[in-house]
Amino acid sequence: MDSSQAVFDGIKKAGIDFVVSMPCVNLGKLLEMIECDPEIIHVPVTREEEGFGIAAGAYMGGKKPAMLMQNSGLGNSVNVLASLYSIYKFPILMIISHRGTKGEPICAQIPMGEATPGLMDTLKIAYVHPKTPEEALKLIPESWILAELGGAPLGILLDISFW
Amino acid sequence: MERIKALKQISNQLEKELVICNIGFPSRELYHVKDSPQHFYMLGSMGMASSIGLGLAMALESYEGKEGRKVVVFDGDGSVLMNLGSLVTIANQKAQNLILVVLDNECYGSTGSQCTYASTTDLKKVAESVGFQKTFFFPESKKNIDFTTVLETEGPVFVHVKVKAGNADVPIIPLEPEDIKERFMEAINLTY
Ligand SMILES: Cc1ncc(C[n+]2csc(CCOP(=O)(O)OP(=O)(O)O)c2C)c(N)n1
Ligand SMILES: [Mg+2]
Repeated sequence: MDSSQAVFDGIKKAGIDFVVSMPCVNLGKLLEMIECDPEIIHVPVTREEEGFGIAAGAYMGGKKPAMLMQNSGLGNSVNVLASLYSIYKFPILMIISHRGTKGEPICAQIPMGEATPGLMDTLKIAYVHPKTPEEALKLIPESWILAELGGAPLGILLDISFW
Repeated sequence: MERIKALKQISNQLEKELVICNIGFPSRELYHVKDSPQHFYMLGSMGMASSIGLGLAMALESYEGKEGRKVVVFDGDGSVLMNLGSLVTIANQKAQNLILVVLDNECYGSTGSQCTYASTTDLKKVAESVGFQKTFFFPESKKNIDFTTVLETEGPVFVHVKVKAGNADVPIIPLEPEDIKERFMEAINLTY
């Protein structure tokens, strides 16, 4: 199974119909699939923080939102996750390309890559870590159900080796 | 005029519109002059008002037959400056039902009125240069804000309202964040 196709199928199975995004090279194919899907509203954003704001508004308007992002964007979003998502209990699926993991060629990605799981823990954001396309296809719809039930973001961390 | 007066005058001209209100004194003042389940009061996430408004407007716009429902955002100059990229996204997404009102007191009012760059950088010109085609300006000296034309204009609309610095002496909002969200979502559903 193709990794991008598996994530896309998982997103569709979850019923996600509103996606905000900031590209990572590993998300390229998935972004094209999202953009082409007529059932999904896709909003490219200028900064991930803004994307979380947009997704919260869309959720109140009845949408099921997800964010496609690189883990570096978590750093751009700490305050909105704490002082909007956490206190108002907004759900969202965070589909995260986790750079700075095994095989990373760019040294600038390493510190944020290493900090990511700890930051998620500090923000009390649960995450899953699918290793294969099959796992992603199974875990993504389950994660959305948990996110919605818990009124909280849920992270899907996708390492370099996943793609 | 004072910010609280602008909030009162504009909100009193709203009926079905949904309102997203900026963090700090703007939300406290709006709650004080007029509370409604159709108001979403921000308690944190400075800068996110216009983004929340955009997401909501796009969601509502996507349902057939519901295009009429408008979203009004009460934002601040400091908050707009913190999330300037949002203006670019809004202008490009062209949400027809979004009205972005910037209550510009040329300062960070809620934290003690420290100056922002809005006294020299014209936020309406910024909005126009990123692609807003419909913009309005109400000077500080204006005694009455008539919102009729703004509400009839196809969005996205940028409304620049200059207001006096200073906050009204109003208490914090006695609502839990979850309650603000829940009653707001209920109000959205009830009106359909
Ligand atoms: C990220 C962040 N930085 C700083 C603050 C402190 N703060 C709260 S409200 C505010 C001022 C907002 O200014 P503006 O948007 O112009 O609204 P005004 O109060 O002037 O109406 C600031 C700096 C904050 N809450 N969050
Ligand atoms: Mg201000």
